[in-house]
Amino acid sequence: MELFFSQILDGLSIGSVLLLAATGLAIVFGLMGVINLAHGEFMMLGAYVTYVVQSVFKPMGGVIFQLYFPVSLVLAFIVTGLIGVLLERTLIRQLYGRPLETLLATWGVSLILIQLIRSVSTAMMLGIIVGVAAGLLVSKLLRAKFSLKPFFTYLNGLGWALSIVIGLIAVNVFDQVRPLAKPWFGPRNIDVTAPKWLQGSWGMIGTIELPGLRIFIILLSALLLLATYWFLNKSVWGLRIRAVTQNRQMSNCLGIPTDRVDSITFGIGSGLAGVAGCAITLLGSVGPNLGAAYIVSCFMVIVLGGVGNLLGTVIAAMLLGIIQSVIGSGTLLTIFPDMPAAARGVTEFFATTSMSLVLVFIFIIVFLQFRPNGMFPQKGRSVDA
Amino acid sequence: MKLFQRLVPWILLAVALFILPAALDDFRLNLFGRYFALAITALAIDLIWGYTGLLSLGQGIFFSLGGYAVAMYLMLNTKSLAGGNGIPKFFENYGVAELPFFWKPFWSPVFTLIAIWVIPAVVAGLVGWLIFRNRIKGVYFSIITQAALMVFFHFFNGQQKLFDGTNGLKTSTSELFGQLVGSPDMQVVFYRLTVILLPLAFLVCRYFTTGRFGDALIAIRDDESRFRFAGFNPVPFKTIVFLVAGALCGISGALYTVQSGIVSPQYMSISFSIEMVIWVAVGGRGTLVGPIIGATVVNYLRSLVSEALPEAWLFVQGALFIFVVVLMPDGIYGWVTNGGLRSLLAAFGIAKKATTYPRLDEEALPVD
Repeated sequence: MELFFSQILDGLSIGSVLLLAATGLAIVFGLMGVINLAHGEFMMLGAYVTYVVQSVFKPMGGVIFQLYFPVSLVLAFIVTGLIGVLLERTLIRQLYGRPLETLLATWGVSLILIQLIRSVSTAMMLGIIVGVAAGLLVSKLLRAKFSLKPFFTYLNGLGWALSIVIGLIAVNVFDQVRPLAKPWFGPRNIDVTAPKWLQGSWGMIGTIELPGLRIFIILLSALLLLATYWFLNKSVWGLRIRAVTQNRQMSNCLGIPTDRVDSITFGIGSGLAGVAGCAITLLGSVGPNLGAAYIVSCFMVIVLGGVGNLLGTVIAAMLLGIIQSVIGSGTLLTIFPDMPAAARGVTEFFATTSMSLVLVFIFIIVFLQFRPNGMFPQKGRSVDA
Repeated sequence: MKLFQRLVPWILLAVALFILPAALDDFRLNLFGRYFALAITALAIDLIWGYTGLLSLGQGIFFSLGGYAVAMYLMLNTKSLAGGNGIPKFFENYGVAELPFFWKPFWSPVFTLIAIWVIPAVVAGLVGWLIFRNRIKGVYFSIITQAALMVFFHFFNGQQKLFDGTNGLKTSTSELFGQLVGSPDMQVVFYRLTVILLPLAFLVCRYFTTGRFGDALIAIRDDESRFRFAGFNPVPFKTIVFLVAGALCGISGALYTVQSGIVSPQYMSISFSIEMVIWVAVGGRGTLVGPIIGATVVNYLRSLVSEALPEAWLFVQGALFIFVVVLMPDGIYGWVTNGGLRSLLAAFGIAKKATTYPRLDEEALPVD
C-alpha cells in the first residue's frame, strides 16, 4: 500500500507539471480561441531562461546561488510573457476568429523557436537585429514616399525580403569572427542542478517519504493556479478578459481596450508556460525538443476537463498524471499479485511509459464518446457552443 | 487555346513518364517519385480539409499503415532477410519465435495489395465515425486526430516485438520478383507506378468533389449547422470522405515506403502530419491541382535547402507556415487563379486593372 501511495504522489506531481503547462494553454485556448502549438516552445524558452540565470548565479556561490531558482521563476515568466506579447502583436492578431489558421501559424513559430535555440549565437543575434532594423527603416522610408501608390504593399514586401537578405549577409559577416560564431546552447540537452533546499526529503508522513522536488512542484502549481483564479475572477483586468471572452463587440463598445486585453491574456498564458518550463528543469535535462513531449498531453487535459474551465483542467491533469504513473510503472501488478491471467496480460502490456500514454489517450477518446465537451462543458445558447 | 488546355495534363503525364526518367539521374528521379507519392497524401488532405473543412493532424497514421503493410509483405517474402524460423530476422532479436497472428495474411501478395488501402480506410472510417457522431468538429477534431496519431506512434514505437520499434521495417534490402527493391531498375518501376497512380488519385478526388456529393462536402465546410438544419445528416458524408482520404494516404504511404527504403514510427511523428497540411496550404486548398503543386514544390525546396544548409530548413519551413497562412491563404494555385498575378502586374501599371465598377474605383482613389 505504501508503494501505491508513493505512486499516487508521483502521479500527482506528473499531473502538477501537466497542470502548470496546461493552465497557460487553457487561458489562451479557452479565453481567446487561439490554438497555440508554440506553447511547448514557450516552456522550452522558460527552461533555457532558468539555465541562463543559473549560469549567471553560479560564480557567486553560497547562499546567493541557492536563491537562483526563485529569481529564474520570475524571470522566466517575464521573458516568455514578453515574447508572447510580441508574438500576439505581430502574428496572432491577424488571425483572430480563424483557430485552424492560428494552429498552423503557431506551429511555424514553434519550428523557428526550436531551430533558433539550437543554432543561436551572438553573430546570429546581431544579424537578426541588423535585419529587423533594416526592415523597419526601409519600411518607414517606403511608407513616407509611396504609401498611397497601388503597389505599396508589394514594394513593402520586397523591402522586407531585401532586409532579410541583409540580415543573412550580416550573420555571415559576424560569423567570421570566431568568438561571435560560437552557439549559445547548441542542439544538445542542458542540465540545471536543483538548488540544495529542493533536493532530498522534506520529511515523512507515516512511512512515506516526501521528496522535496515533487512536493515543491505540486505546491508551485497550486499556487499559480490560485493566482490565475484570483487574477481572472477578482482583478480588473480579469474582469475585462472575461468580458471580452463573452462578447467582444459589446466590450469594445463599453470602452474596454480589447486589443490590450488580447495582448495581456496571451502574455500571461505564455508567461505561465515559461514558469512551467522553469519547473521542468528540476525533473531532468531539457533540450530544444522539450515542447513536443508536452503539447499533445496539454491539449488533451484541456479537452478532457472542458474548455475554459479551470477546475476541469485541474481534475483532468491530476487524473491523467495518476493513471500514467500507476499504470506505466506496473504498480498494479505488485499491489494485486493474484489478478486473473487475462487482466495480468493486459496490465503488463501497458506497463511502460509510452504504452501508458497510449492507454491514457485511448481513455480520453473513449471518454469523449460519452461527454463530447469534456467533464465540465461550457453552457451556451449558440449552436456551436 | 482550348485544345491546348485539354492537352496540358497529357503532356505533363508524358513528360513525367518518359522524359523525366531519361533526363534525371537515379537519385533525383527517386526523389521525384517520393514527391509524387506524397502528392497523393496532399490530395487526400485537400479532400478532407480544402473541401470538407476537417483539418486532420493524424493522416500520418494511415500513411504509415500503408507503409507498414507493404514493408511487412516485402520482408516476409525475401529469403535473405529471413531468420531461422522463416520469419524476418528482427523478430529473433526480441525472442519472438512465431509470426504475430495479424502479420500472417501478409504472406499473400493479393491480400497485401488490398490491405494497403483497405486497412487504412477501415481505421479511418472507424476513427472518423466515432469522432463525427459526437459532433466533434473544428479544432477539437484536429486535437483528437493528433491524439490518435500519438496513440499509434507510441504503439508502433513501443512494441519492438511486433513492429521492430524505433528501427522500423526496411524495404530497400528486400526483394520483389527476384530483384532488390532498392535497385535503380526497381526504383524506376516504382516511379512510373507512382506517376500513373497520382492522376488516378486525382480522378478519385474529382469524382468525390464534383456533383451532389461534392456540393454536400462544401456545404459542410462552409456551414455545418445550416447543413444539418436543412435536413441532412453530415455524419455519413464526413465519414465517407475521411475514409476515402485514409485509403489514399495508405496507398501514398506504400508508394513512399518502397521508394524511401524504410517505414518507421517517424512517419507518425506530429511534425510530419502537420507538414502534410502545409503542402496543401502552399499549393492551394480547395483546388485539386494545388496540392500536387504544393507537395512537389515544398518537398523539392526541402531537398534543396537541406542539401545546401541543413540547419536552415526549419527556419524556412516555419517562415513558410506563417507566410502562407497570413499572406497567401489561397496558396500558389489559388493566388494565380484568383487573379493575384494580374493584380500584382496592375499595381505596377504593367497590366490593365480589372474593374467591375470603373467609376467607383476611380472615386475611391485619393485626390492629392
